[in-house]
Amino acid sequence: MKPPAFEYRDPRTREEAIALLAEHGEAAKILAGGQSLVPMLNLRLLRPEYLVDINRVAGLSFIEVKGGELAIGACTRQRAIERSELVRRTCPLLHEAMPFIAHFQIRSRGTIGGSLSHADPAAELPTVVTALGGRFVLRSVRGERVVSAADFYTGFLSTALRPDELLTEIRVPIPPVQTGCAFMEVSRRHGDFALAAVAVLVRFDQDGRCAFVRLVVAGVHGVPFRSADTEASLIGTKLLPEDAENASRLMAAELEPISDLHASADYRRQAARVLARRALECAALRARSHAEAGT
Amino acid sequence: MTQRHIRLNVNGQPREGDASPRKLLVDFLREDLGLTGTHAGCEHGVCGACTVVFDGEAVRSCLLFAVQAEGAAISTVESLADGETLHVLQQSFHECHALQCGFCTPGILMSMSVFLSECPAPTEQQVREALSGTLCRCTGYQNIVRAVQLAATRLAATRLAATRLAAK
Ligand SMILES: Cc1cc2nc3c(=O)[nH]c(=O)nc-3n(C[C@H](O)[C@H](O)[C@H](O)COP(=O)(O)OP(=O)(O)OC[C@H]3O[C@@H](n4cnc5c(N)ncnc54)[C@H](O)[C@@H]3O)c2cc1C
Repeated sequence: MKPPAFEYRDPRTREEAIALLAEHGEAAKILAGGQSLVPMLNLRLLRPEYLVDINRVAGLSFIEVKGGELAIGACTRQRAIERSELVRRTCPLLHEAMPFIAHFQIRSRGTIGGSLSHADPAAELPTVVTALGGRFVLRSVRGERVVSAADFYTGFLSTALRPDELLTEIRVPIPPVQTGCAFMEVSRRHGDFALAAVAVLVRFDQDGRCAFVRLVVAGVHGVPFRSADTEASLIGTKLLPEDAENASRLMAAELEPISDLHASADYRRQAARVLARRALECAALRARSHAEAGT
Repeated sequence: MTQRHIRLNVNGQPREGDASPRKLLVDFLREDLGLTGTHAGCEHGVCGACTVVFDGEAVRSCLLFAVQAEGAAISTVESLADGETLHVLQQSFHECHALQCGFCTPGILMSMSVFLSECPAPTEQQVREALSGTLCRCTGYQNIVRAVQLAATRLAATRLAATRLAAK
């Protein structure tokens, strides 16, 4: 239960960090909060030759608004996002999901970039950032590229990140103020990974008909699962309880959840269906109250 | 594998030592600094026995390397009592029988010291949520919840007395 030996590097700038990644390639692992990586080292599931610790790299920890987007540095602690007034105001969905991630002692070290890169299918952040249509800024010595959440998640624990790339920043379009959102989750205990979790965003047009909806599910597929058919079925409806009920059934029929020691596939499908219905109703209610308040 | 020299502040004292990069902070505190109050439990972040306060935040010392603590200010369970006088949290745990074997207690105390400073008047639900990050296999948690609530009440009374004194 002790980590294997490794060479430790603690660069101070992004340039130094990506140069180290270019030099060592597959032999190196980036160390951010360490809340997923260090357990794997302690359990000897991984034996990297080099650890590139990015905790002292300048300019990777920030939360700011840039041209209609919320930009968050990859090394920003989950706890800082949870406490951020700017996040609460501009991106309530992200704010609402934060306390579901692990425990406060884990969030005080864990980073947003680490969770997004680790890509656990039951993790909250990949699902929330997918629902928000977020983008990932990836840097290497070869240059910078920006990848959408939909393209970033390629499979179970797999992402578009190449071994020499550093995720530096996450950019999330700020949803219009009249958007209603909801995040709901079922887990075995408070702070455990989700058996199923659902992130929803809803907007109505002037006639009170659904003009925009996003429904993304965590914990059931290898990647955050978005059902385009379910979303399409809701457009133009008033998103009344029966519309939410029908949509959640449609979504559940598309799911092919895994069975494991924590829950059976049927349990996960059922939990996802009920959460989707409740989250759609809750987000619709919130969107309507924004409209009535004239915000 | 090259050793690194580490300088840090532990419980208000400047401390230093040498460690190879793979050395976990919990082992450095116990073996190199002789602070054995911090316990190494599951060693993968789940049980919370090794929780210490690192630059003001409660963290798992089994998921940090000692080399990462260069320049940091750390508090361990040894910082709580003032000589023979127990800290309010410790006294409340003692009176409520909130421990049996005591293995998980240091991590719970350090977690709760941070929790109560951020949430000074918690509801029972908030206390239970905050405790979800630390496992206790003896007590069934009931008395731990009570002890944390008692400590919160006592801390509030102390604060009130201090403000009254300042107002005079
Ligand atoms: C007890 C416990 C319970 C948990 N419960 C939950 C939970 O309920 N929900 C949840 O979502 N998570 C949970 N986690 C995981 C936690 O959220 C981690 O913080 C997160 O998954 C990883 O973030 P990190 O910063 O700690 O990354 P690290 O552990 O340092 O790294 C994780 C991976 O990402 C890579 N990486 C990190 N940063 C970058 C970057 N900038 N660019 C490229 N690659 C990078 C690393 O190389 C590594 O492969 C839990 C962890 C523990 C220990």
